[in-house]
Amino acid sequence: MQVFAFYLFASIVIASGAFCIFARNPVHSVLWLILAFFNAAGLMVLVGAEFIAALLVIVYVGAVAVLFLFVVMMLDIDFAELRAGFMKNLPLGLVLAVVLLAEIIIGIGAWSSVGTGNADAAVGLPAGGPSNIEALGALLYSKYIFLFEAAGMVLLVAMVGAIVLTHRQRGGVRKQNIGAQVSRRPEEAIRNVQPEIGKGVEL
Amino acid sequence: MTEFLQSVLGYEIGWFVATLALILLIALPLMLAVAMIIYFDRKVIAAVALRRGPNVVGPFGLLQSFADGLKVFLQETIIPSSANKGLFLLAPIITFTVALLAWAVVPFSEDMVLANINIGLLYILAISSLGVYGVVISGWASNSKYPFFSAMRAAAQMISYEVSIGFILISVVLFAGTFNLNDIIKAQEGHIFGVVNAYGLNPLLFPMAVLFLISSMAETARAPFDLTEAESELVAGYQTEYSSMSFALFWLGEYANILLMCTLNAILFWGGWLPPMNVDWIPWFDIPGIVWLFLKIFFFFFLFSWAWATVPRYRYDQLMRLGWKVFLPISLFWVFLVSGVVMIDKFGWPL
Repeated sequence: MQVFAFYLFASIVIASGAFCIFARNPVHSVLWLILAFFNAAGLMVLVGAEFIAALLVIVYVGAVAVLFLFVVMMLDIDFAELRAGFMKNLPLGLVLAVVLLAEIIIGIGAWSSVGTGNADAAVGLPAGGPSNIEALGALLYSKYIFLFEAAGMVLLVAMVGAIVLTHRQRGGVRKQNIGAQVSRRPEEAIRNVQPEIGKGVEL
Repeated sequence: MTEFLQSVLGYEIGWFVATLALILLIALPLMLAVAMIIYFDRKVIAAVALRRGPNVVGPFGLLQSFADGLKVFLQETIIPSSANKGLFLLAPIITFTVALLAWAVVPFSEDMVLANINIGLLYILAISSLGVYGVVISGWASNSKYPFFSAMRAAAQMISYEVSIGFILISVVLFAGTFNLNDIIKAQEGHIFGVVNAYGLNPLLFPMAVLFLISSMAETARAPFDLTEAESELVAGYQTEYSSMSFALFWLGEYANILLMCTLNAILFWGGWLPPMNVDWIPWFDIPGIVWLFLKIFFFFFLFSWAWATVPRYRYDQLMRLGWKVFLPISLFWVFLVSGVVMIDKFGWPL
């Protein structure tokens, strides 16, 4: 059962990754990417890392990919222009592909020379031990506390920076003053007038 | 049931058949409940508007939802010629499936839960964050301007309120010390002076309970937050181009989501399947837990329809302001407050 599930998830990850690259429509690409994320989460569950799987779905599928989709849907897509850059970027792409391939080969070489080690041991946490979340939390908040907080600070700085860069005061915008709107009473908002015939009302 | 089937059919096939049967045991009554809750919703809104509501099909109009279902089933499915056909048909399926998925971890009573997993709450958070895809994809695939506007609004709205929902859930998790929904309910037993089985009545968590109720209305795009289908500006929002069963799937999914949010309200803050008070002299514990849970869900659904019928729709800037400038700071501050209180409770005052 587990083997079947593993091959199902793994093959869908690879296939949807390939479709993500080859899809002509960027929106379809993003949707294939989401499918890949989702099946990667399935693989995480299979090795017993259910917390990581949940985070993958919540953060990447639930937030990051939604924003991707949001942006890509708003784009005015010109397919011819998309194709035009292909030849120009081909050398760079090939270099990247070679580097990644070399990394994989080196990784496999190192793994096979050292021996399988723990790789084929039974996966999943020992029963009765601390759960995934507890184990991760105990490690993050004790041994790696400074790195963890540093990562948080980096994210905070990035967020503040993004807001500072994009925030600008525009002229000619009427701002909503919610406080004034809420504290408004009928006496200030409504006038009862009895206009003379043919005169109209002055606002 | 799982053990019995495993003894008959062998270990793996027995598990498979039993799980399938349990899924159907949750999903089919859920669909029935959605049909009846739509009827109830229409009746409540009609009563507030001094109308009669559905009263023609069946006794008291009870069969109205089934008549509607039959009607949409017999209609023709229309696919706009400029629509992206595959995604157009995929979107309602996603909405409907995602709405059903989350019920896998809901504990109906102490042992009536399909998947009693450690990360139950995170699972629900993950699944509910997928709900936005059905809306966004349908809006884009319709290739029509009002659905597209609606999809953009829905994406922004759901992401905004998910942030504060996350913080509210964290404050509950800090109190309960677990992500498992069943354990969260058990942690609420006799929470206040050993008598009241509810986090919601704890003065520290009561504001969070209120915030969660409002956020869950916004998350499911119910009135007064139904900007995604504001009929005066967007026709019917993302459902505009849909007809027949594809429309019905949206509808069913939406109501299943609303029921799920009501259930979460009941589970996280109001004791789930526990009776309201932890006392022996009233024979409350003789009533099965599932009845208490259903009563609580029903109560929260009544609040949802009451709000629908009473409160006028928010303006879009008000909606965003409420999410980002009011709920987010309050819930973030409350996470600090709650973790401080839990810390003092467990380890005593510092220094």
